[in-house]
Amino acid sequence: MIAAKFTRFWPLIKPSQTGLLLATGIAGYMSAHTAPNFSLLLVMSASLFLAIGGSTIMNMWHDHDIDAKMKRTQKRPAASGELTRGEVFRVGMAVSILGIGWAVTVDALYGFIVFLGWFFDAVVYTLWLKRRTCWSILWGGISGAMPILAGRVLAVGEIEIIGLLLAAAILFWIPTHTLTFSIKFAEDYRAAGVPTFPSTYGLEVTRAVIALSSIIAAASIGVAGVMIGVQAGILRLLIVLSSGLLLLSFATIFRPSERVNFSLFKYASLYMLISMILLSI
Amino acid sequence: MKMTPTDRILLLLTGLLAAYQVAVGINGLDEVPIIAYTIGFGVLLVAGLLLIILGFEALDSPVVVVVSTILPLAISLGLVWEHLASLRTAYLVFAIAGFLAVLATRAIPLKSKLPTLVLAVVHGLAGMTIFLLPSILAANRSMRPAFALVGLGGALIGLAGLLLSFLKAGRPIVPRETILKILPSLFLLMSVCFVAGFKFG
Repeated sequence: MIAAKFTRFWPLIKPSQTGLLLATGIAGYMSAHTAPNFSLLLVMSASLFLAIGGSTIMNMWHDHDIDAKMKRTQKRPAASGELTRGEVFRVGMAVSILGIGWAVTVDALYGFIVFLGWFFDAVVYTLWLKRRTCWSILWGGISGAMPILAGRVLAVGEIEIIGLLLAAAILFWIPTHTLTFSIKFAEDYRAAGVPTFPSTYGLEVTRAVIALSSIIAAASIGVAGVMIGVQAGILRLLIVLSSGLLLLSFATIFRPSERVNFSLFKYASLYMLISMILLSI
Repeated sequence: MKMTPTDRILLLLTGLLAAYQVAVGINGLDEVPIIAYTIGFGVLLVAGLLLIILGFEALDSPVVVVVSTILPLAISLGLVWEHLASLRTAYLVFAIAGFLAVLATRAIPLKSKLPTLVLAVVHGLAGMTIFLLPSILAANRSMRPAFALVGLGGALIGLAGLLLSFLKAGRPIVPRETILKILPSLFLLMSVCFVAGFKFG
């Protein structure tokens, strides 16, 4: 009975996206290279997971109507009617309160940043801006940047330049993800009436924004790496991986195609994951 | 030809070995060899990742010829700088000029055989350097016997370059499918030889 319920509710949190954001939070904590405190890391992971999952569920709750109009998302539990709106709302609020509440009890500043992440995603991005302007993704990006900042803050006890650089890296990586999707599934977004960069500014501008944001993300990671004081070998590896990202970014601008665009998106995701691991070592 | 999961695993292992070499395997060397090996193994790492992402179709890009020249040039430069002090400057000039020549003859459409000739000379010299220099150093005991593995890696680079050239020329002496089938294993074997040769040699 519980297992069956869990199976139905589990897709609401978009496990891979939540997992990746959680990984950035853990990387933010580990990047401080403080004495390992595994119980704190565990509590941070659990509270962050719940808060990120909670905001994602609230997004699913509010956007069930537009998700139902898009082929890519119409099988989501709230959009397909597998779960009622009321069920999704109640679970979303419960998970969110649990996650944010837990985070606040761990550390007030950490909890505040976790709350900001939830607020920017669930309220500013989802409720307020997503259906009004394509610039909503900026706020979605800021929300996505909060887990890594939260992790870093929990480890060092303050908001400092390295934490902000790591957050900037995630903020500028997110357009690579969202804008690529908005190009690939342009018809879906048009059908749902969601304003996107391609529908507002055209493909050329969107591709340039993707490339530029990837370059800024790589630069932020690089500078953060230097400031963290990672070993020379790790820095060399970061430079090599960033070169691949730059190569694909330039290809996106000068030899644009859907294939190159999608390759940049995939490479950028892999790049971010590897960078997070490298900064944690 | 579709890439199989085994191909992806082999390329991932190649990438991991190249990453190890960049991050750990070249610590303590002079600046120029570090830069040269970082470029060489970096190309191998990024190429491996792009192949995993894009599939074998990535090999159809005209950039492949230019990029595949960087690998032997960079590694041979690192070797010459470390072990043939008297030829450092000359080889550095050759490496830069050779790369620019390959780049230029590929960027400018030419109907002559010049691009092929330039590629053969640059690839050939760089490949022979990687194959012969470690083999000789290992044979005359200047380095430990395992250093000969770097030479073996160089021979495998040559083989991979040859197969890729055939593929690009559209006149492969072995079928395209066969080349693509063995290429990931060849890359991995080449990386194993390099990493083991540098570590134990």
